[in-house]
Amino acid sequence: MNRSSWMAVAAAGFFAAGCATLPSSTELDRLALEAHKASFSDRGIAKADRINQDLAQAACSSDKPPSESVAKRLEAEALKTVKMPADGKFIGDWKEGEKLAQSGRGMTWTDESADPKANGANCYNCHQISKQEISYGTIGPSLYNYGKLRGVKDPADPAAKAMVEYTWGKLWNSKAYSACSNMPRFGHMGILNEAQLKHLMALLLDPNSPVNQ
Amino acid sequence: MKHVSIVGAAALALCAGAQAQKSAADGIAEYRKMLEDGNPAELFEAKGEALWKQKRGPKNASLEQCDLGKGPGIVKGAFVELPRYFADTKKVQDLESRLVTCMEALQGFNGVEIAKTAFGRGEMANVTALATWIAGESRGMRFNLPQNHPEEQKSYEIGKRTFFYRAGPYDFSCAGCHGEDGKRIRMQDLPNLTKNPGDGIGFAAWPAYRVSNGQMWSMQLRLNDCYRQQRFPYPGFGSEVTIALGTYMGVNAKGAESIAPAIKR
Repeated sequence: MNRSSWMAVAAAGFFAAGCATLPSSTELDRLALEAHKASFSDRGIAKADRINQDLAQAACSSDKPPSESVAKRLEAEALKTVKMPADGKFIGDWKEGEKLAQSGRGMTWTDESADPKANGANCYNCHQISKQEISYGTIGPSLYNYGKLRGVKDPADPAAKAMVEYTWGKLWNSKAYSACSNMPRFGHMGILNEAQLKHLMALLLDPNSPVNQ
Repeated sequence: MKHVSIVGAAALALCAGAQAQKSAADGIAEYRKMLEDGNPAELFEAKGEALWKQKRGPKNASLEQCDLGKGPGIVKGAFVELPRYFADTKKVQDLESRLVTCMEALQGFNGVEIAKTAFGRGEMANVTALATWIAGESRGMRFNLPQNHPEEQKSYEIGKRTFFYRAGPYDFSCAGCHGEDGKRIRMQDLPNLTKNPGDGIGFAAWPAYRVSNGQMWSMQLRLNDCYRQQRFPYPGFGSEVTIALGTYMGVNAKGAESIAPAIKR
């Protein structure tokens, strides 16, 4: 072999080594999963198995949203999980709803119990709700005048049925209407119980709630 | 004069809704500005510098020969190039995990024991003080993490996947709060960490002194508390996901000026 072919061999070897070392995208996905399994451990109520993803979480874990067909399927699956209230009543006490909306507590490794009774609803962290509370987050849309803007004058009126059921569904499993919604699935994941969800429904839909003033 | 003030008062009342929002935000900005005048992080910097030079541990040695990536003993500029790959450990390491490596190798401390120690306690408190001083030595410099080594590139890619990883009872990921511009939780502005969020913001601000609980927070503690609020299980100190997130945020922050150690509410 002459000098230039030696150089070509050396260069080929160099580039092969340089290029082959970053794993494929699929392999990186697998390595990231392994890294998660190796990096987390149980602490208090937050057990290591919280790292395991369900299909909805896995499909919404990249910088790109899932395809429209996958999103539609996830939404349909999520909608099936929604449990309407056993007694057919949707509206609780908006004052209790406001207290829940204010509380950001619950489900961390420093919380003692994962029982819904120990949990807040975290609403103001991400949403404007009543006009009185100026310390609100902006990750979610404003919910000020939620019921009023949607024409709900009496939540018990059959004319309001579709909006009442949609709102319940959104609170129970937000992914039923938006596959990769940032909002927790309060009913589906056992974060809040039925009574608590009814109080939030009242906060949003009761004409007497400060939200609808 | 009286007339003018009545008109002024009426105008104020009319704008009360919009004004209340603005003045609360302004008030917080003002409060933050006031805090900058005296940052208790300076005390931790002084402690960290003394710890670096002091002979300690079973081997009674200082950390002055510790290689933070720019050669043994070179501190200035090291912070804005971390996490990076280290040939001796064959791992990508962030500042804190690298410090533990040096404390083990040079001073004879037990690295596993340090990693298990609670934040603010024992040798972990010393790691935080050392990180605070070392970060301060790069104050005003711009982030420029190396991405030449395949392990560094891999760390970035795993960090990116970690950033978007949704799990837990609330379906939260880092991206849920830090993936868009101009968002906030309550009144707290959230930097978009998928890109360079600007000088002294996000990765370029930690370690930072937290006024609300009177503690010095390292980046490892910052990430630890993010994961707590994400309702995730407990991330190990120096675990792969925490270092990969550091690589992801640090590379994204390329060109951002470091103000660490900063002061936070």
